[in-house]
Amino acid sequence: MTREHAMERREFLKGTVGAVSLVALSGCDNLTQSSWFPPILSKAERLTEAVQRSITPKDALAKEYVAADISKIFPANGNTDPGTAEYAEHVAQNFSEWTLELVGMVQVPRSWSLASLKELPSRTQITRHDCVEGWSAIGKWTGIPVGDLMRQVEPLPNARYAVFHCADVDDEGTAYYESMAVADCYHPQTILAYELNDMPLDVPHGAPLRIRFERQLGYKQAKYVMKIELVESLAGIGGGKGGYWEDQGYEWYAGI
Amino acid sequence: MALLVESEEVVSREGEQMPIAEPLTPEASSGARDHRISSPPAIERMYRHRLPVRISHWLNVPFLIILIMSGLQIFNAHPALYWGDRSDRDRPLFSIKPVRTNSGDIKGVTTILGHPFDTTGVLGYSNGSGRAFPGWATIPSPKWLAMGRQWHLFFAWLFMINGLIFTVYAFSSRHITRDLAPTGKDWRGIGKSIRDHLVFRHPTGEAAKQYNVLQKLAYASIVFILAPLIMLTGLAMSPTIDAAFPWLLTIFGGRQAARTIHFITCFSFVGFIMVHILQVFITGFFNNIRSMVTGWFIVKHAGVSHDA
Repeated sequence: MTREHAMERREFLKGTVGAVSLVALSGCDNLTQSSWFPPILSKAERLTEAVQRSITPKDALAKEYVAADISKIFPANGNTDPGTAEYAEHVAQNFSEWTLELVGMVQVPRSWSLASLKELPSRTQITRHDCVEGWSAIGKWTGIPVGDLMRQVEPLPNARYAVFHCADVDDEGTAYYESMAVADCYHPQTILAYELNDMPLDVPHGAPLRIRFERQLGYKQAKYVMKIELVESLAGIGGGKGGYWEDQGYEWYAGI
Repeated sequence: MALLVESEEVVSREGEQMPIAEPLTPEASSGARDHRISSPPAIERMYRHRLPVRISHWLNVPFLIILIMSGLQIFNAHPALYWGDRSDRDRPLFSIKPVRTNSGDIKGVTTILGHPFDTTGVLGYSNGSGRAFPGWATIPSPKWLAMGRQWHLFFAWLFMINGLIFTVYAFSSRHITRDLAPTGKDWRGIGKSIRDHLVFRHPTGEAAKQYNVLQKLAYASIVFILAPLIMLTGLAMSPTIDAAFPWLLTIFGGRQAARTIHFITCFSFVGFIMVHILQVFITGFFNNIRSMVTGWFIVKHAGVSHDA
């Protein structure tokens, strides 16, 4: 093999990669910008949800780790401070006036003070938080199983989604919210956490209450939760896709 | 005949003695030409690739390109790899990032096992923006994680379904046992095959009708190692699948390890594709493409051996 041949080969490979990426890119970027193609792509989400739900036992637990596995630094992503005057007042009062409402399609709407929630039986779990960006962090969470709260309010049979309304708004003033299927609220690891690594939840991590929904990605783990509303349809709430990130194109079913 | 052959042998060995052939009668000499000159290497058409294999092959071309390029988009959202279950950001195995130098410029730095490399222009910093893989390598080209995931997860389904159909077909039609599994003879000839590949000498004639041993091993490792590995490590990154099949985390050494293996496997695919395309070019581009499009492959048999 002469040096010339090696050069030709390299040029050839570069040319091939260049041509392939050019064709793929211009084609795919056009499709991405079209009105008809992204809705086809998003069909995969329903297939993923149907298949994952059918092969995953309803109560299968996310892996629980031991104390030695806990991340030294648990990164805080998304909003790290709601930044509103009301929230600042709650911080000043150490959340003594914080209440959680559970309303919507229920027999008996209820609300709890933070103190009364902390008196309910709690669950502690050391679990892995998987961010949609790709990183993982392990933390120890203590909180109230959401299923216990649901049993107190008795959801109506046609309640399909639990919507979590949060105290944070983004730079453009859009309120943060999230949602999950009512059925997933009863999973034993679905908790409203008030402690991370044996300390009261701090502001960047969602004080005083955040959701842990361990079998789904990080953006589903709503922080600063004020109200849980049970609804039949997500239409008409926020952008209608079931969550702040969902309204920006992320999947509602964040199982992968 | 014997005389003719003999005289021609003389000619070919010692060209200057050409006149020796002169005394031959015209008939005899034309007969000789028919046999040795106007009978070019014989051509045999063979049906090499059956329809299901061809369809599955060509579907994989866009599927893999899209999966690789949208995968790089997803990687760009957190361009670092780790081992185990968590991301300890102070010690990644591999990272690509923009770094501001003392002079105020921005460099792209790729760090492999603690060794930094300046990759400005391609990795870490390209076209005036700090991003791991450059815009020409990702789908979509701008930074857009949500859309990259939609492309990736849609085509991951198609790739998996195509792979399953191919595997069922390949086993039931005995494509695997007949064409892909190396024989005892193949294994014994592996040293020669490696030497032949190194000097770009490729099988011709009868030997070109079957895959050579390195080709069999390459294709078999795609079907039985790389493809299953990339699907399983992809699934191991799913928190729901990890709850359903916790052994996935065990066999790969954790979710972040699975992500690292997924990335390495992706670049093994890239390497395979490069070599594969190169081989298609140097072993007869049109013949190879025709055989993968229509199924028909042409084998050239040299000399007279085929009449024997």
